[in-house]
Amino acid sequence: MPLPVAKADVKAEAEVPAKVLALPLKKTSLMKNFAPGMRDLASRIIPPLVMTGAFLLIWQMLCAKQGATLPAPSVVWREASDLITQPFFILGPQDIGLGWRVLTSLQRVMFGFGLAAIVGVFVGALIGQSVWAMRGLDPIFQVMRTVPPLAWLPISLAAFRDSNPSAIFVIFITSIWPIIINTAVGIRNIPQDYRNVAAVLRLNHLEFFVKIMIPSAAPYIFTGLRIGIGLAWLAIVAAEMLTGGVGIGFFIWDAWNSSRLPDIVVALIYIGIVGFILDRIVGAIGELATRGTAAA
Amino acid sequence: MLPRAYLKIDQVCRSFQRGPTTSEVLKDVSVTIDKGEYVSIIGHSGCGKSTLLNMIAGLLPVSSGGILLEDREVNSPGPDRAVVFQNHSLLPWLTVYDNVRLAVNKVFSNTKKKAERHEWTMHNLDLVQMAHAKDKRPSEISGGMKQRVGIARALAMEPKVLLLDEPFGALDALTRAHLQDSVMQIHAALKNTVIMITHDVDEAVLLSDRIIMLTNGPAARIGEIANVDLARPRRRLELASNANYIGAREAVLRFLYERHHFVEAA
Repeated sequence: MPLPVAKADVKAEAEVPAKVLALPLKKTSLMKNFAPGMRDLASRIIPPLVMTGAFLLIWQMLCAKQGATLPAPSVVWREASDLITQPFFILGPQDIGLGWRVLTSLQRVMFGFGLAAIVGVFVGALIGQSVWAMRGLDPIFQVMRTVPPLAWLPISLAAFRDSNPSAIFVIFITSIWPIIINTAVGIRNIPQDYRNVAAVLRLNHLEFFVKIMIPSAAPYIFTGLRIGIGLAWLAIVAAEMLTGGVGIGFFIWDAWNSSRLPDIVVALIYIGIVGFILDRIVGAIGELATRGTAAA
Repeated sequence: MLPRAYLKIDQVCRSFQRGPTTSEVLKDVSVTIDKGEYVSIIGHSGCGKSTLLNMIAGLLPVSSGGILLEDREVNSPGPDRAVVFQNHSLLPWLTVYDNVRLAVNKVFSNTKKKAERHEWTMHNLDLVQMAHAKDKRPSEISGGMKQRVGIARALAMEPKVLLLDEPFGALDALTRAHLQDSVMQIHAALKNTVIMITHDVDEAVLLSDRIIMLTNGPAARIGEIANVDLARPRRRLELASNANYIGAREAVLRFLYERHHFVEAA
């Protein structure tokens, strides 16, 4: 038994020099393949960096003068860099990092938007199936959808008598309309072919809903969800400014009241970046979920 | 007593109402089709071929008259009359396998176990030579392949009547010939009853036992029924000089272009 093993070892050793020779060759080819990829990456990254730099420079020039009302980037960095570098500190019940505040706001958004997504898709699916309901309800939705988020706040405060559910309701009512309208349009646009297939297969209502309607309308639904999440993020900041608590919106209001302008600037950047990420996340999920449908 | 017909289309009329005007599409269409028969319906575009097929499928109700399949009235769609649609109608978000599996799961939910349903799905994909593409999505395969999957989906329902709605209409000539051969092989092996809509005379003669020729609308009726007296299996090359083939072809051509030539205004 030990003999063949030893033989194999010798054989493997004999092959080693050849392997060592092959490696540098492979490396160069990898570099060659890599270089165009890097160039491509650079051509995507450099323009935004240049433009951001130019933007900061102009801002600095405009606000660096004596008596400027708004803080320049250098001032923001000097006075509020701790907010950027340490998003997750906890020093007291009201003195926490912006990361925590954003997460608190996101939690509200997730409740309100999640509810809006579920209810919106169901209501949209129901309305989309009936020409009568579509004609009857569409004008109402079109009017409701133009009501600004904050206009809902007094009514919702009166109804819920508590700030947290009120904020969630404002999110819900703001983001639900595009979801309903887009879902309904998506359902209306299901090709007759798919309906025929479902008819021949005798799919029942639930099977039709799950297997035909939702996947077929998915591109429309995700467009609605994407608009919805954007509106939800807009609404939460506004709602929190009025209802208080620990969200990012209230942080801005608090900073304004105590004249900490650099803090506000940092908070705005946080809000913008989080909104951008939310939009991209919903977009990416939509792209993943509608792979086949969009191509056909 | 007369021997009962497998599929009986009896005095079927169909009219469409649009506002105050009623347009009659089909009038008094009567024909019986035997089990295992391959029947084509041919006619100029707009004559009501698809309307007739949709009524057999149950997708459209008849205005008067009736359609009986094994003595039971057809009044709703169902898997016993599977349709292969002209534009394949595969669900683009499902893979080839899942498109067929959806039909198998629905039709055999009580009669086949999970493993059997998988095998039946693969068996039908094999029949149309599409097993190799089972994990592809419809957007990733060619038009001819899509139509093959559409046929597999219809066959997988084990229909009493297989309805083909211009199944090869959108394909190029070579792909079309391949698919016609496949359909002939499948028909020879499974002995399905098939009703096919076509506007291709050669296709009708090559594939069918009988060819139903519809007159021009409005109020189209069956103008003539041609028997295609050719032994199976049929090979397209040998048929080119066959007297019966040429005769049947001429009969259909004469009907379509001499007696009922297409009127543009109609």
